[in-house]
Amino acid sequence: MRVTPRGFDTEFDPAQVFDDPTEMDLRPGADNCYKCSTCDTSCPVAEVDDDFPGPKFQGPEQWRLKKGDDRDIDPSITDCSNCMRCDNVCPSSVPLSQMHNTARGEYVEGQAPSLWSAEDALADGEFREALSYLRGVPSELSIEFVRNRVLSNYGTMAGLGSEVPRLTNLVMGSRVTKWVNDRFFGITAERDFPEFATQTFREWWRERGGPKVESADKRVAYFHGDYSNYNTPEVAKAMVRVYEFFGYEVRVPTQRCSGTPMFANGMLRDARRAAAVNISNLSDFVDRGYDVIASCTSCSMALGQEYPELFDIEGTQEVSTHTYEALEYLRIHEDLEDELRDADVEFPDLAYHAPCHARNQGLDRQAVELFGELDSLEVEDVGDSCSGISGTYGWKTEKYDTSMQIGEEMFEHMHDATGETGLTECPTCAMQMGHGTGYEIRHPLEVVEAALVDQ
Amino acid sequence: MAISDDVLVIGGGLAGMTSALAAAEEGVRVRLLSYKKSTLRNASGLIDLLGYADGGIVADPFEAIPALHEGHPYERVGVERVREGLDLFDESVGASYLGGHTDRNALVPTYGGTVKPTARYPVSTAAGLASDARPVLLLGFEALSAFDAPLAAEHLRAAGVPFDVRGVSIEFPKRFRADATAMRFARALDRDEPADDADIGTRAALVEEIKDHLDGAERVGVPALLGDEDPEEVRGTLESGLGVDVFEVPMGPPSLPGLRLEDRLYDALDDAGVRVRTGNPVVEFDPDDGYITTVYTDRNGQHVPFEAEEIVLATGGLVGKGVKSDRQAVYEPVFDCHVPHPEDRYEWFRDGAFDDHPFARFGVSVDRDLRPLDADGGVEYENLRAAGSVLGGYDLAAEKSGSGVSIATGYAAGRAAGECA
Repeated sequence: MRVTPRGFDTEFDPAQVFDDPTEMDLRPGADNCYKCSTCDTSCPVAEVDDDFPGPKFQGPEQWRLKKGDDRDIDPSITDCSNCMRCDNVCPSSVPLSQMHNTARGEYVEGQAPSLWSAEDALADGEFREALSYLRGVPSELSIEFVRNRVLSNYGTMAGLGSEVPRLTNLVMGSRVTKWVNDRFFGITAERDFPEFATQTFREWWRERGGPKVESADKRVAYFHGDYSNYNTPEVAKAMVRVYEFFGYEVRVPTQRCSGTPMFANGMLRDARRAAAVNISNLSDFVDRGYDVIASCTSCSMALGQEYPELFDIEGTQEVSTHTYEALEYLRIHEDLEDELRDADVEFPDLAYHAPCHARNQGLDRQAVELFGELDSLEVEDVGDSCSGISGTYGWKTEKYDTSMQIGEEMFEHMHDATGETGLTECPTCAMQMGHGTGYEIRHPLEVVEAALVDQ
Repeated sequence: MAISDDVLVIGGGLAGMTSALAAAEEGVRVRLLSYKKSTLRNASGLIDLLGYADGGIVADPFEAIPALHEGHPYERVGVERVREGLDLFDESVGASYLGGHTDRNALVPTYGGTVKPTARYPVSTAAGLASDARPVLLLGFEALSAFDAPLAAEHLRAAGVPFDVRGVSIEFPKRFRADATAMRFARALDRDEPADDADIGTRAALVEEIKDHLDGAERVGVPALLGDEDPEEVRGTLESGLGVDVFEVPMGPPSLPGLRLEDRLYDALDDAGVRVRTGNPVVEFDPDDGYITTVYTDRNGQHVPFEAEEIVLATGGLVGKGVKSDRQAVYEPVFDCHVPHPEDRYEWFRDGAFDDHPFARFGVSVDRDLRPLDADGGVEYENLRAAGSVLGGYDLAAEKSGSGVSIATGYAAGRAAGECA
């Protein structure tokens, strides 16, 4: 008989003092803040950017200022990289990232109100209304807005690009493309665009004929995300093979981007549309007894935390409580440690970086803890600094230097580590690790695959 | 299945970390579960053992401890465990702390200009001890309003310290945004960032500025912001530039000495092979025939199971939220252990702010093995021990015994858990 002590049943019930209650009432969170500034001391952006006011301002203080008089959201909200480290340190459980996401969404909404309204009208089939809104669009749109919208809809772009992967890789890798991107769109030329795989994960999955294992009680629905579909299908394949090794039936639901880059760019309407598709498809599986597994820690963060914090779509909480990070799920349900203890793996020594979003889910020490069981392999944690890329953040020309300054500590520690191959769960942390060191970067699932399946 | 270890410590503060280290010494596998990042960054970094008892200042805590009332955490564990706990602490922090050479308390000046009796102090504060007769210059920075050096000096004089003390406020050689914390100053000194109005680094510029105010002072006290990464190098540079000793005055949050201590203890946990998991609170558990078999952490409604033979509860007190209250009752939120308190909530406090408040002593009561007791005096769970400020029966703020109780009971609980597992 499981016991839930009374301590966590007591919900704070604030009195309604504002005339216009917003959709999300963040007042309890703002009231919980007692200004200890712990969040500011853990913010990687504030650490390198003296002009950034920090999470305490962006969250509870800005929220209060806005309520008091008719102030607009401060533009510095777009300098927040959405690493969510502030959530993890607040001793008073203020939902800082929820406040930041909400504020950023409101700010970006105000950047192009006509466009959003036109899109909504279009979606409702109100063509005449849409047209009337469209007239206002040109004067509102900025290059920055368009750039951010393109970046945050990476999955759509990747879907097109991966139709002709070799050509896309050639074009995106060319110096002319990079120069144009940098000069006209504010996408840095310092980085190499990630290469598309010649066969996407989903193509491989279809060719393979779907699952090789069927099971009535061990069933998971895999949320692979865009990156392991288009760019690193080897990670997604490792997930499938490892789970099938443990006797799981793996299904791959139709899915869209988890929304992580959209949250970070304040494109909440895009995120909501993607979330609605994901929640609808995933909850079908959850209803049939499947748990949802993500191999990317930002995807599991989005489904697990950001969806319920930001959206009220039906089925959200159900999907959230059934979504797990891939290795943690195996640790809960299988004796993964024991399996690994006896394994002999051929894999290079590794320098592991814990993504901020893994940290926030309590998973930052998991990989090193697990692979510590392997005698034939050395894994070193390169410390608790942020990689600095934070998804699309480090791709922006004006943010590139900040991004690399934040990453400097991680690069140094990677160089100090014995291993000359990187390891991380997050695809964009992996980009940054590779960019700063030239190392090849692998995913923990690939290590498990090498240890257990490839034997 | 659950994620499995021998000993599970719940709480990542001083008591929890000490518990985990002590349990690991017994050769068992230990996991530390902490809801949030350690709150040691809110602590001064001083390790108080017992500063006041019976309304008077304590010179030798080890003489005073045996006279404490029954039920006090020190009485529960006994003076021997207090010594052993401190030994473990000294071992874990190495040369970064002083005070272990004597049983007697040291007197460390605080940023409010009081003198605090404490058992262990960071090496960076050593030159500031109030038992030293050399004249002191206290130095504050205009931009850092938390430390008013002239006022602190005045308070120290009023307290009757046996040395001359002056306080001045100067401009820090580099200007930051108005609400910059001590961390920002520390980072500038760590990296020796260029000063604003000179072609030199902040360290050298600071030396130049302080020189003008020395005027016979043989030691200089500054707020605790002399570097985060490499405080000894920063302090050393200032000392050799000035030709006098430099010391740090511990500050409120975010506290650099607290952060440095956190780093040292986390290194010690890593060296001891303790597995640490941070980010999610423990909200549920499975009891089985008087034992706790599994606890569950919560992540937005999703529960992750952890099982262990022995469990240590080190979740903190009223401030740390290891003891909570509503209008009806005072309770311990994780295992619902009994917290003795008067039924009428108007008896929980006294009227004056500095009166002897009953709530200050609220917490779980334990047997001499630190196992929490229910309302009838029976053991709540055979394999559960409690440590640190979740314990009742003492007033840590009035006694100045917070760190010492955390270390002594953390050590005792961790060691017993390790032996039983």
